[in-house]
Amino acid sequence: MVASGSGAVLAAGPLLHAQGLGLERGGRELFRDLSFAVEPGHLMQVEGANGAGKTSLLRILAGLSRYGFSGSVERCAPLLYLGHHSAVKAMLSPRENLAWHISGAGSYSREQIDEALARVGLYGYEDVPSHALSAGQHRRVNLARLYLSAAPLWLLDEPFTAIDRDGVAELEALLVGHAQQGGAVVLTSHQSLSVSYQVAMLSLSAGLQP
Amino acid sequence: MSAPGTLAFSGRLLRRQLVLALRRPVDIGNPLLFFAMVVVLFPLGLGPVPAALASFAPGILWIIALLANLLTADNLFRGDFEDGSLEQLLLSPQPLYISVLAYVLAQWLVTGLLLALVSPLFAVMLGLAGAAIPVLIASLLLGTAVLSLVGGIGAALTVGLNRGGMLIALLILPFYMPVLIFGSAAVQAVVSGMPAAPHLAILGAMLCLALALAPLAIGAALRISVDA
Repeated sequence: MVASGSGAVLAAGPLLHAQGLGLERGGRELFRDLSFAVEPGHLMQVEGANGAGKTSLLRILAGLSRYGFSGSVERCAPLLYLGHHSAVKAMLSPRENLAWHISGAGSYSREQIDEALARVGLYGYEDVPSHALSAGQHRRVNLARLYLSAAPLWLLDEPFTAIDRDGVAELEALLVGHAQQGGAVVLTSHQSLSVSYQVAMLSLSAGLQP
Repeated sequence: MSAPGTLAFSGRLLRRQLVLALRRPVDIGNPLLFFAMVVVLFPLGLGPVPAALASFAPGILWIIALLANLLTADNLFRGDFEDGSLEQLLLSPQPLYISVLAYVLAQWLVTGLLLALVSPLFAVMLGLAGAAIPVLIASLLLGTAVLSLVGGIGAALTVGLNRGGMLIALLILPFYMPVLIFGSAAVQAVVSGMPAAPHLAILGAMLCLALALAPLAIGAALRISVDA
């Protein structure tokens, strides 16, 4: 079985520590003095209106934005970041996309990759060139990385975009499973999660609420 | 499921880039076609006097190789920037220096190496002395590698801009010039009966310098471009 996150050796402390984060864009203050820790088992949803700085916050947490904000981020564990763009190459098949994935996080066997693709509903599409896939299937190829990943911390930017209803339910179950196994998930989404698990809400206008 | 070693990862990255390039054969053919077209145009412009063509041949061949390289430099990171692959590369636990080298090596294999390999054909078309052809190949092999590395810096700096094409030319052309000077001088030297080794040695030194420094600059430039 392709386990999600179970292969990771988890640190006892927080996986990520943000201290006094503040960001200004175009003269507008998006957020200020944002401090929080992401502990193993956390499922945290960042919410806010369009333009509230959700993506910017996630990019800061991931380490893609290194300048132009105040505060500091301490990353204590390997992380997996899925952004707006799927990083799926149209000229490669889904199997090649995962086997040669540019993030260089793991070496997977063909069976592991095929199983991950089957889990995201792409059974039978392993060797189809990705340009023949739909936008939602592109997203699913990208989400298959979650089934392969050994990184304890997942940073997901709008993971439900272009995913159908069944896919959303499966993804929610996957996120909860990852948190229960000692991983942590920080995601941005406009829709509320329908899971029986405590979801910490980080509202980008009102600060952290339990 | 542990992270692959640096060597394994760079090999995988190289393979990925080469497969991507080979699935777009037009992109590989374009520089070669450009090379062929310009070589065909020169006799029409300069007049079909074999002696004149032969004396200009080293410069002509080298200028075309340089421009062909400039044409492809812009594409090095653009596709990966637009589909988010670069973000993943920057977050990867692998050393960026090596990854960037794999990128540039893949690009050089389908541009510079190919140009160097087909250059004897065009050299013969322009009437270049047969003795100069091995040196032409050697100088192109060394020189285009430097061009690819330097071009990578320009590509990384301008990848976030929508119309980076002209800017990249302005940025990297000054750094292309020494390569052009010593590259064509090496071929010229053989034609006029002088040793080419000193020129090739200088090209080799440039390549060493570019190998050591360009990946660092490319990596830093990519971080800036993805950050912005």
